[in-house]
Amino acid sequence: MKAVVVVFPGSNCDRDVAVALARCAGCAPTLVWHGATSLPVCDLVVLPGGFSYGDYLRAGAIAAHSPIMRSVRQAAARGVAVLGICNGFQILTETGLLPGALVRNAGLRFVCRPVDLRVEGDSPFLAGFTPGERIRFPVAHMEGNYQADPETLAGLEAEGRIVLRYVDANGGVTEAANPNGSVAGIAGITSASRRIFGLMPHPERVIGDELGGSDGRRFFAAVADALA
Amino acid sequence: MSTPTVNDAVRLGLSADEYRQIVAHLGRPPNPTELGVFSAMWNEHCSYKSSRRWLRTLPTSGDQVIHGPGENAGVVDVGDGWAVVFKMESHNHPSFIEPYQGAATGVGGILRDVFTMGARPVAILNSLRFGDPDHAKTRHLVGGVVGGIGGYGNCMGIPTVGGECAFDPGYNGNILVNAMAVGLVRRDQIFLANAGQPGNPVLYVGARTGRDGIHGASMASAGFSDGAEARRPTVQIGDPFMEKLLLEACLELMATGVVIGIQDMGAAGLTSSSVEMAARAEVGIRLDLERVPVRDAGMTPLELMLSESQERMLMTLRPGAEADAAAVFQKWGLDAVVIGAVTDTGRLELAMHGAAVADLPIGPLAEGLVYERPTTPLPSSKPAPVPDRKATIDTLLALIGSPNLASRRWIWEQYDHGVMGDTITPPGSDAAVVRIHGTDRALALTADCTPRYCEADPRLGAIQAIAESYRNLSAAGSRPLAVTDCLNFGSPEDPVVMGTFKAAVEGLSEACCALGLPIVSGNVSFYNETDNCPIPPTPQVGTVGLIEDVGRTGRMAPSPGTSILLVGNAEGHLSCSLYAREIHGLTGGAPPPVDLDAERRHGEWVREQISGGRADACHDISDGGLAVALAEMCIAAGTGASVRPPDEKLSPACFYFGEDQARYLLAAQSEQVDGLLRAAAEDAIPVRTLGRFGGRKLQLASLGSVAVDTLRRRHAGWFPSYMNGNTGGTG
Repeated sequence: MKAVVVVFPGSNCDRDVAVALARCAGCAPTLVWHGATSLPVCDLVVLPGGFSYGDYLRAGAIAAHSPIMRSVRQAAARGVAVLGICNGFQILTETGLLPGALVRNAGLRFVCRPVDLRVEGDSPFLAGFTPGERIRFPVAHMEGNYQADPETLAGLEAEGRIVLRYVDANGGVTEAANPNGSVAGIAGITSASRRIFGLMPHPERVIGDELGGSDGRRFFAAVADALA
Repeated sequence: MSTPTVNDAVRLGLSADEYRQIVAHLGRPPNPTELGVFSAMWNEHCSYKSSRRWLRTLPTSGDQVIHGPGENAGVVDVGDGWAVVFKMESHNHPSFIEPYQGAATGVGGILRDVFTMGARPVAILNSLRFGDPDHAKTRHLVGGVVGGIGGYGNCMGIPTVGGECAFDPGYNGNILVNAMAVGLVRRDQIFLANAGQPGNPVLYVGARTGRDGIHGASMASAGFSDGAEARRPTVQIGDPFMEKLLLEACLELMATGVVIGIQDMGAAGLTSSSVEMAARAEVGIRLDLERVPVRDAGMTPLELMLSESQERMLMTLRPGAEADAAAVFQKWGLDAVVIGAVTDTGRLELAMHGAAVADLPIGPLAEGLVYERPTTPLPSSKPAPVPDRKATIDTLLALIGSPNLASRRWIWEQYDHGVMGDTITPPGSDAAVVRIHGTDRALALTADCTPRYCEADPRLGAIQAIAESYRNLSAAGSRPLAVTDCLNFGSPEDPVVMGTFKAAVEGLSEACCALGLPIVSGNVSFYNETDNCPIPPTPQVGTVGLIEDVGRTGRMAPSPGTSILLVGNAEGHLSCSLYAREIHGLTGGAPPPVDLDAERRHGEWVREQISGGRADACHDISDGGLAVALAEMCIAAGTGASVRPPDEKLSPACFYFGEDQARYLLAAQSEQVDGLLRAAAEDAIPVRTLGRFGGRKLQLASLGSVAVDTLRRRHAGWFPSYMNGNTGGTG
């Protein structure tokens, strides 16, 4: 697999996801600066976490208009897989590559904690897990509260595009298990094509037991297999 | 402009005598710009004029030390060509006036101190002191400070991994916000704040200069009285996104080899950075102030020199490298302008549109003054009697749910503690552990100071702060390396305050010498007082340790079925304990004595067991004593424990809640216990078995039992409930 990680001014998980891809997927990605106007040939584009452009205006709003995003949109249209983590997910909704919006957490505070997630649907990004499986990644965000209009939500549900939800220890979608107030406990969604995936939690932070978990290692290893 | 008089000098915070010294240095009266520059350099915050005489007595050297005090931050060797760069600094006055921005810019400032040395920051810690939870301002201040610290570090992408937070009525009028930053640099790529040779261009980089923060350093050199909020315009506004760009641009340019010297513009902005860089190189510096990038029109030379606008750096370059530097900063969208040059005059020469506006000797500006302030000797503290009957399991529940022991999860969940992907031990343990990226080694980090001990006995309190940090690092399995300090006190002009300062410095010296810990960087914050009422003496320390094999990190959570071992002696010292204060409302009395030789020997022994893989878990015993330490281990692991005191001569209160020092709880697999006890006997370390971890209850003989779930709820409950406005300080 050939992967690219886009670096915006203010990205701060670019190195982390590059390390995770190298260590778990055997693929050292190319880092591409936001001002570039073309992408190298690749199978996967990653939009990393962070505070692109300082989250000015709205999280992800300015990055969505940076020069590289035109190429990312074109690549996505050709079927290149796109993964947006945290701020990357926010950028994907701001560009319209994924529907809905990520607004301020219901608690109005930044939240950094491990969360339990239920895997659903048939995304190639989650090929390493079985549907219904409960996994654990950490979240770390101020604007992770996913919202969309009722028709969009109904469409996402009907098409099986809600692929990660915040759940409690019993697998239930509950208010207590939801770190940010997202509607229907949504933590990650895919495009209709399944080739674009946005999620708020950070798989790149749990790539070894010394870091508190290894579910992220399984995630990246399987992404490489599914997209190669 | 008319020539200022001695009265103008006094209005700027200088004394009449200091004004006379300035006139003597110049051979003429200063003009208003010159007087302003002197007042900025000679205030307490920048000159350390009251503290320097005592700071010189601290131990600062050791084989591991690469750069001690005098640089922007301390630098210590951690092997394999890596060095750790760290410092702690206060931002107390601004945070009381405007908590979010005050705390945020405190983090921004200390991060710049670290990356100005060429290091990439890898961790942030903080130490917070608030007033009584029931004080009208406390809740607002806690929310703002925590939000500000998180807001800055989270955006920078540097994990905030640890720290501490305490409530005490002594801080009602002056909270403390001490931030510590830790960075890593290759040993051969360290940058210093030294201007270098005459002819080097002086480059201004980063944010534009505005009128914010003018006289901020002067504000930090005076006490508060009513109407402190009127000083809000002296608080700087932070922009962590700008600082993230500045960090990346500076490190990128440093890697090209064109940077000679670099210093951040912190307190007293352009003034202190230019003067200090020139002083270290024993050269002069000329600045053409009209070239300074500004965001406000019509700023005067003095405003340009004193502005504390954030996210700015001053550097000197190799001559001819101006274009290379400009290209790097342009990529990051930052201003980089040559505003002057290094000269051979030994003077600070300032010009505006070609007209000279100041001409001052660098030496007296940088050297400042040294005062031998009068000190009142302190009475020695005596143990206070504390009732030790009627302790029950409810005593433990009350303690663990009290404001000073309740879980700080509400705070640290607002800090991104996992970014950079190397956080091995997140907040909530004895010490945070952060792996050195790409290696199997790790840094252990802790910030400590027990305010009630320091209030009762500043010397002993300072000793205990070092001892506790030594224990926290040892419990994480790390070898303690070096210390940064942040000394928060009232007015140095008050002989009683100065007496407590002297005592605290003596305590730090004594403890650091005994434990082999040099103090490599630090900060003094005086004038933490409101209406002449000073804060309790608070010699805060931040300590760094090294773990050679990250797989052998000491952890706080024991496995069920392991045996509980107590390292150290139970003497039952209740005077000045949290038990005395929370259960009986008794403050004061002598804090527990600290046997530094025992601290060293017990710490070494514990580290040996952890690195040898013989300890399943470890936790230091401090606030609240043995029962609280045990409860914290149970909560961390979600397992119960059963304990029988081996010592019948102590009352249950003394045994369970006494705060005797040099003690640890160790969990060990049963097959290890005999070996551990034998080893301890050979090394003359007092170690006893107390019981076993396991089950769902914490059972303490002679005290009672409680479900771990109940303990967890009490421990977790107070902070969120308080911040929601539901609970006061009494829980």
